[in-house]
Amino acid sequence: MLGASDLVVGRGGVALLEGLSLAVGTGDLLAVRGPNGAGKTTLLRTLAGLQPALSGSVDVAPDTLAYASHADGIKPSLTVRENLIFWADVFAAPDGIAPAVAAFDLEPLLERLAGRLSAGQKRRLGLARLMVTGRPLWLMDEPTVSLDSSAVAALAALLQAHLAGGGAAIIATHLDLGIEGQVLDVTPHRAQGRTAPRGFDEAFA
Amino acid sequence: MSIWEFANPRKFTALSLKILPTLVGLSAVLVLGGLIWGFAFTPNADKFESTVKIIYVHVPSALMAINGWLMMLVCSLIWLVRRHHVSALAARAAAPVGVVMTVIALFTGAVWGQPMWGTWWVWDPRLTSFLILFLFYLGYMALWAAIEDTETAADLTSILCLVGSVFALLSRYAVNFWNQGLHQGTSIPVATGGRTVADVYFLPLVVAMAGFFVLFVALVLARTVTLIRERRLAVLDAQEARA
Amino acid sequence: MIALLRRDLMLAVRAGGGFGLALAFFLIVVVLVPFAIGPDPSLLSRVAAGVLWLGALLACLLSLDRLFALDHEDGSLDLLATAPLPLEGIAAVKALAHWLTTALPLVVAAPAFGILLSLPAPGFGWLVVSLLAGTPALSAIGTFGAALTVGLRRGGLLLSLIVLPLYVPTLIFGAEVARRGAEGLAIGPALPLLAGITCGTLALMPFATAAVLRRALRG
Repeated sequence: MLGASDLVVGRGGVALLEGLSLAVGTGDLLAVRGPNGAGKTTLLRTLAGLQPALSGSVDVAPDTLAYASHADGIKPSLTVRENLIFWADVFAAPDGIAPAVAAFDLEPLLERLAGRLSAGQKRRLGLARLMVTGRPLWLMDEPTVSLDSSAVAALAALLQAHLAGGGAAIIATHLDLGIEGQVLDVTPHRAQGRTAPRGFDEAFA
Repeated sequence: MSIWEFANPRKFTALSLKILPTLVGLSAVLVLGGLIWGFAFTPNADKFESTVKIIYVHVPSALMAINGWLMMLVCSLIWLVRRHHVSALAARAAAPVGVVMTVIALFTGAVWGQPMWGTWWVWDPRLTSFLILFLFYLGYMALWAAIEDTETAADLTSILCLVGSVFALLSRYAVNFWNQGLHQGTSIPVATGGRTVADVYFLPLVVAMAGFFVLFVALVLARTVTLIRERRLAVLDAQEARA
Repeated sequence: MIALLRRDLMLAVRAGGGFGLALAFFLIVVVLVPFAIGPDPSLLSRVAAGVLWLGALLACLLSLDRLFALDHEDGSLDLLATAPLPLEGIAAVKALAHWLTTALPLVVAAPAFGILLSLPAPGFGWLVVSLLAGTPALSAIGTFGAALTVGLRRGGLLLSLIVLPLYVPTLIFGAEVARRGAEGLAIGPALPLLAGITCGTLALMPFATAAVLRRALRG
C-alpha cells in the first residue's frame, strides 16, 4: 500500500532521519517509535506528501491515505453530524457517514455539538473523521496524547477493527497499543550530518 | 566558467571579501568626488539657487531605492527557479540597504521641497510612490524577521516579493491617476536621450550616481557575506546539538 | 469545495465572529470620524466616501488572521491538503467565504453609515457599486496575506503590515469611484480600472495563495 526505500527526511534543509525503508500492506500496523524531536512527525508528514523527502522516494497512490496530526481537527461549534458530513463531502466518500457512525457508535451523539463531547467521545469522532474519508491508510501523529488508559484501550480496539476491515495505519506513538504489528524505531536512523540534503550547499556546513 | 559557480556560498564569500575593500574605496572616492564637485564647483541655478545641489544625494539614492527592489525581485526569481541559497540571502541583504536609500530619498526630497514648493510634503505621485515603496520594504523585511526557518522564509518572502512587485507597479500607476504632480519629470530620460539637467550639473551627478551604485553593491555584498556566515553558524550549531 | 464553503459559512454564523465584529468595527470607525474632524455636515459630506471606503477596508482586515489559523491549529488544514481538493480551490473558497461573511455585510451596511456622514444623495449608489466591485479583491489579497502568516506568532500585526500596502491600488480606484459619484462627477475610467484590478486579483491570487500554503504546510 505504501513503500519507501532509503528515505531521508528533514526540515529546514537539515536531515533528521536517514536510511529509512518501510513497507506497509493491507492489514498492517506500523508503529513509529523514538524520542521527542527525533523526527517522527517529519517522517509522517513526508509519507503523507505534505513535505518533500530530502532524498529517496515514497511510493504511494495519492488517494490511499489520510493524515491526522495530534490535534483532531474537530470544529466545536458544529455538531457531530456536520463535522462528519463535511469530511465525507470533501473526500467525496461514496458511502457517506453511515458506516463510520455505526463503527464508532456515534449514533446517539450525532446532533450533539462537538465542543460538548467528552475527551473519549472526541477521540472517537476524530477517528470516525478518518474513516469517512474512505482512505484505507491512516497516518496518525501521537493519537494517544492526552488519553487515559481506558481511552487508549478503546483506541486500540478501534484501530484493530480498522485493520481487520482491510485498512492499514502508520502511527507515531510513545505507548505500546498492544496490537500486533511492525515497529520502526527511528533512533538508529537519526542523521549524523553525513547526508547532504538536496539543494543544500556543502559550503554552509 | 559559468556565473552560477558563484552561487556556491564559499566561492561567493571568497570573491566578495577579495573585492570588497576595492569597492568600498571606489565608492568613497566616487561619492565624495561627485558630491564635492557638485557642491563646490557648480554654479547656483537661477531659479533653484543653491538648493539644487541636494540633487547629488537625492537622485542617486532614489535610483538605488528602486534598484534595491529590482534586485530583490531578480534574486527572488533566481531562488524560486534555481534554488541557490546565496540568491535568497542576497535578496534579504538588499532590503535594508534599499529601505535606507528610500528614506534618504524621501528625506532629501522633503528638505528640497521645503524651499522649492514651500512645503515639506505634498501628495505628489512620485513622493507618494516612494512612500508606498517604503511600506512594501517594511512588510518584506518584517516577514523575513518573523519566520525562523531560513528556507521557509526565503520561499515565502520570494513569493511576497513577486506579488508585491505587481502591486507596487499597480500602485505607481494608480497614484499617477489619483493626483497629477508638482515634481519635475525624470532627470535622466533614458529613452529620449535628451536631458532636463544642464551639462554642468549632469556630469557630477553621473559621478555621484556611479558612487551610490558601487556603495550599494558593496553594502549588499557585505551583508550577504554576513548572512552566509550566520547561516553557516546555525548549521554548525544544529550539528553540534545533534552530536 | 461547496462543502468547504458551507462549513466556513456555518462556522462564521455559529461563532458570530465574522459578521458581528467587522460590522461593529466599521460602525465605530464611522462614529469616531466626526469626533475627530468636527460635526460640520459640509466637511463630512466631502470626506464621507473616502472614510466609508477606508473603514470598510480596515474592517475587512479584522477576521483575516483567523482565516487559516484555526484550521492550521486544529489540524484540519493538514487533512484538507491530503484531500482530493486542489489547494488553489481551497484558497479560492476561503477568499469567497471571507467575502460573504465579512465584506458583503459591510457593503450592505455602508449606505446606512453613509447617512451618519452626510454622504450626498447621488453617492449612495456609487458607494455600493464601488464596494461591490472592490471588496472581492480585498478578500483575495487578504487571503494571500493570511496564508503567508499562517503559522506565525504575532501573525496578526504582521498580516496588516503586509496586506495594507497591497490594498493601495484597490483603495485608490474604489474611493475615487465613490468620491466622484458623491460629487456628481462623471465616473470616468476609475470603475473599469477597479473592476480590472478585481478580476486580475481574483484570477491570479488563488495560485499565489496555494503556493504559499503548500510551503507553509511543510513546517
